[in-house]
Amino acid sequence: MRNDTTATAPATPAKRSAPQLPREPITGNQLPKWTWALCLALGLGIAAGILLLLGTYSLAGTFALGVLVFLVLMTVVSAAVEGPRPAKDRLAKYTVTSFFLLALVPLGSLLFEVVTRGAERFDLTFFTETQANTHLMNVELGAMHALVGTLLITALAFLISVPIGLLTAIYLVEYGARTRLAAGIRFLVDVMTGIPSIVAGLFAYALFSMFLGPGTKSGLAGAVALSVLMIPTVVRSTEEMLKLVPNELREASYALGVPKYRTILKVVLPTSLAGIVTGVILGIARIIGETAPLLVTAGYFQLLNTNPFSGPTSTLPVMVYQSLRTHGPRAEEMQALGWAGALTLIILVMGLNLIGRFIAWKFAPKQGR
Amino acid sequence: MAKRIEINDLDIYYGKFQAVRGVSMTIEPRAVTAFIGSSGCGKSTVLRSLNRMHEVIPGAYVDGEVLLDGVNLYGPNVDPVRVRRQIGMVFQRPNPFPTMSIKENVLAGVRLNNARMSKSDMDDLAEKSLRGANLWEEVKDRLDRPGSGLSGGQQQRLCIARAIAVSPDVILMDEPCSALDPISTLAIEDLIKQLKEEYTVVIVTHNMQQAARVSDTTAFFNLKAQGQPGELIEVGPTEKIFHNPDQKATEDYITGRFG
Amino acid sequence: MSTETPPADLQREGSDSTTEKVLARDKKRYGDALFNGISVSSALMIFVILAAVATFLTSQAIPAVTREPDHTGLQGVEAAGGFWQWVLPLAFGTVWSAVLAMAMAVPISIGIALYLSHYAPRRVARTFGYIIDLLAAIPSVVFGLWGVMVLAPALDPFYRWLNDNLSWIYFFNAWVPYGDGGDLRPNLAAGGQNMLTAALVLALMVVPIITALAREVFLQTPRLHEEASLALGATRWEMIRQTVLPFGTPGVISASMLGLGRALGETMAVAMILPGKVLISFKLITFDNPNTIAAYIAQNFPEAEGMGNHQLIAAGLVLFIITLAVNMVARAIINSRREFSGAN
Repeated sequence: MRNDTTATAPATPAKRSAPQLPREPITGNQLPKWTWALCLALGLGIAAGILLLLGTYSLAGTFALGVLVFLVLMTVVSAAVEGPRPAKDRLAKYTVTSFFLLALVPLGSLLFEVVTRGAERFDLTFFTETQANTHLMNVELGAMHALVGTLLITALAFLISVPIGLLTAIYLVEYGARTRLAAGIRFLVDVMTGIPSIVAGLFAYALFSMFLGPGTKSGLAGAVALSVLMIPTVVRSTEEMLKLVPNELREASYALGVPKYRTILKVVLPTSLAGIVTGVILGIARIIGETAPLLVTAGYFQLLNTNPFSGPTSTLPVMVYQSLRTHGPRAEEMQALGWAGALTLIILVMGLNLIGRFIAWKFAPKQGR
Repeated sequence: MAKRIEINDLDIYYGKFQAVRGVSMTIEPRAVTAFIGSSGCGKSTVLRSLNRMHEVIPGAYVDGEVLLDGVNLYGPNVDPVRVRRQIGMVFQRPNPFPTMSIKENVLAGVRLNNARMSKSDMDDLAEKSLRGANLWEEVKDRLDRPGSGLSGGQQQRLCIARAIAVSPDVILMDEPCSALDPISTLAIEDLIKQLKEEYTVVIVTHNMQQAARVSDTTAFFNLKAQGQPGELIEVGPTEKIFHNPDQKATEDYITGRFG
Repeated sequence: MSTETPPADLQREGSDSTTEKVLARDKKRYGDALFNGISVSSALMIFVILAAVATFLTSQAIPAVTREPDHTGLQGVEAAGGFWQWVLPLAFGTVWSAVLAMAMAVPISIGIALYLSHYAPRRVARTFGYIIDLLAAIPSVVFGLWGVMVLAPALDPFYRWLNDNLSWIYFFNAWVPYGDGGDLRPNLAAGGQNMLTAALVLALMVVPIITALAREVFLQTPRLHEEASLALGATRWEMIRQTVLPFGTPGVISASMLGLGRALGETMAVAMILPGKVLISFKLITFDNPNTIAAYIAQNFPEAEGMGNHQLIAAGLVLFIITLAVNMVARAIINSRREFSGAN
């Protein structure tokens, strides 16, 4: 690559004869478009051959090794024909693409397994029966108790965290703005975002056992734990949405002599409502699948418990977890219920996400795309 | 090593939308050619098609020929990366790499070409390029400071230094002064007049006085109607285009009766 | 994004008006004062909640540190001999599993993010952008269920192969002495339920989080810089190295820190996959794996009582401090990012 003029440059080069890059033609050898397909086929073939020779053939292994061989092959061929720079460019392109495809495999497998295994018991009795009689062979089992528990606890968490989160965000944007207190609260919200869910559960457990005696389990304790996780999400998203409301709207309202609180209630909140609702829905989606805090606070119970203020309450995520730990004659059925529970959870979470996004998209202020 | 560019019946498309139709012209070496015309008339698109930068936008393609000393830029086996190395470009807004020092900015293109130059050769090349961009005296004491710390005009000259460091044949300039104050503009215009001694220079400008000041040849682009592709209306010596154009549309535009 | 300071004196002006106006103003003032009061007290609730978290956890944790750890009923406590000797291996397991997960997740996430931001056709990029956001929302218990029922058994043959062929690499060595004659026997985890599987699932859980953020940052690379690089004759990859990666580095670091925080605090996936023990080991595929704090708590809390509860809460506090530290660092980086004037 070294240029002749630079190689023979004098020790103290005159300013005019400074080095230059070598000139290259604008044309270069280029590999035909289908080269990658050929290399991929070759790579897979070579990988299969190697694995067969070693006697450890497996489909997954062939693909994993095949992609590696493909990357090497492609780079070598490209370097020989096109030069080192295009070769590096191709290596990057194919590596990045295979990372993407690589990540799709487990995620696709997860969705596939949950849907197929979950569909097995995703039937009517799943929604109408409990697990009261797991020791009896002739009684249908279901997850109604867990579904009701999840809905109850989530609703309670919603009732606790939405007012606090909403009002805190209003304070941060409308009243606090740049005060030191607001900065402090923002910092604490950040801290709260980082609380591991199991720690939130331990907190609620500690709180309730201080006042109601050790070992108390209840749906309310679960809701408190979930609120600790949900409040920061609500504050954050609401704050972002309120900040988007143009100041002119507020000033127009003040100019009409409307007091501040009415401006907030009648102008600011309605303007940002869609965004706030989306934030809240995404917040619910985040907590509805939480397991660890509920395991610690609401516990596990095989019957329906509609009183969130006392006694252990089952929830879907905890039921999924427990389904793996069940032994006895109906353990397999319990596992099938666990998969159906997982499917229900995914449907709930995806549904909430889609609804949230739909609202955001539907009611978003029109600004191009 | 300035080279001649010949454009033969060039159509440029963005997906289904045709942006430019039927452009044919010759761009002489060691001269400044200015593209003028109202906004959206395709002059920037034509400029970008000269080093295949329009391909950055997905779906963009051309029909026709662009010959660089007889070699078609759109011929088989032409590598756009190599094309851009021979045909440098300076953009509307100065864009030095923010994470690099002044010297690193100048040598950014050289580094890519993997030329294993000695450190002293690198230093010489940086100095030569900065001198070539009339920037050396202003920055020689702070070559290791970030390039984003310079003024707008200095940044633009830094970008020109960066473009000439890879010793291109042609330098394309896409409204290089539109973000600069009058004094910086003057400095760039002086520089353009110097650059044409070594390079083929093509400049897109909205400023007709600028075109009149710096260019030898002027090409006027226009739209037949809104939504129609842009076309080359007239090309000729700057003197003629500004004083005695053949086309009515050119005259209207020059005299300000249009746009 | 302007934070506004509304005209606060609207509430206070004009004390010498006519009675009617004063009355009207008073109503206004009460309304405002009330609303202001409610919103301030909500904001203060955040403070109260966090203070409560800290106090309750600490007060419940203290007995674990001060008293002798007898009759906890917890696995490994007596053997360890004390709270700190017990919690240290758990903290190790927490950090080790998270570090392993990040080592896998960060490069892959950067790759996917680059693919989506700079390589994929636009429609693919948009669709998978959505899908990745959705994947970030899948509950961890579902990941755990899939990990233990599908992934672990599927990887089991691979682990056997690793142990047979690559056991000269320390991490993949699961051979233990057997009998007196210096014989060795494989001590592989049953059904592939080992540290590597747990870390893989953790990685899978944080990939969507890091990818989503990294993609955002990469897309924000100023077009001007990308074009400058291309116009110098850079290939796409050289352009990415010259502009996109330097511009995105701070963002990728903070995204990774957020992912690390998630991996450290992740409970269920590990609790379901890893039958962990209280020990320190860097080996990845053996039967004897270190447990993580969160998973240990989840596995043992339902049956724990008395002293055991205190002990678990104290461990939870340690976890809280670890994640807090990580999040602080992440925040500091994000804040310094704000001053980073990449755009111009």
